[in-house]
Amino acid sequence: MKLSGIISLLQLEPLVEPGGVEFEVTTACGCDLMSDVLAFTQEKTLLLTGLTNPQVVRTAEMTGIKVIIFVRGKRPQQETIELAREKGIYLYLSPKPMFECCGLLYEKGLNSEEIRKII
Amino acid sequence: MKEQMILKSRIEKGDFNRGGENSSKLKELLRKLGVTADINRRVTIVTYELEMNIIIHSDGGGINVYVTPDAVKVVAEDSGPGIEDLEKALQPGYSTANDEIRNMGFGAGMGLNNVEYFSDELEIDTGPGKRTRITAVINL
Repeated sequence: MKLSGIISLLQLEPLVEPGGVEFEVTTACGCDLMSDVLAFTQEKTLLLTGLTNPQVVRTAEMTGIKVIIFVRGKRPQQETIELAREKGIYLYLSPKPMFECCGLLYEKGLNSEEIRKII
Repeated sequence: MKEQMILKSRIEKGDFNRGGENSSKLKELLRKLGVTADINRRVTIVTYELEMNIIIHSDGGGINVYVTPDAVKVVAEDSGPGIEDLEKALQPGYSTANDEIRNMGFGAGMGLNNVEYFSDELEIDTGPGKRTRITAVINL
């Protein structure tokens, strides 16, 4: 699914949009634990989170995540927005809760990531 | 083989706002050195976890990064208080972090496990009341 389609599906308000929105997104991850994001995500995935501090952008930067969506209408701190601008990472705000965002994306064919076994 | 230091940094206890700055700098440096995206990703995730560990758990420390023709070596060292039970600390899900840290999205008990997973070689020198020195090697 293209990012442009996700923007209308989840009623996203753009906070940082460093470039075009017509690129394909194939996997998504809904997570508030940044260490889990660091452990399990692949590159180029989309991250849905309720966490709004700058470490979310740092985590995206380290793992190669290009798009972050803050759920439940939770507006991120100014430092978070500024860091995303600096790093060229897309930031959006959705009024919808996490469960609904994930459900809608899953229904449209977005996949979970394959996750590694840890034990 | 001769190694070259490419990053030297001091990290303060509890300095969350600057957490990740060194890893970010390192990512750019490695990209300029022509390190592949996959290896770069592994090195920066390892460095970021170690950087956050120093901020969260230690009395302060630093991270130095070296390159040789075959590998990147990340050395994280702090001034204490040491890891009480290393075996437990390496288990996924085990954490001694407090609520404040968990509220920031860390302390999920995946840090050292991630470091181990993304490194080719890992050496941890620690103990109760001691400084901790962690050396992670990622082969090129």
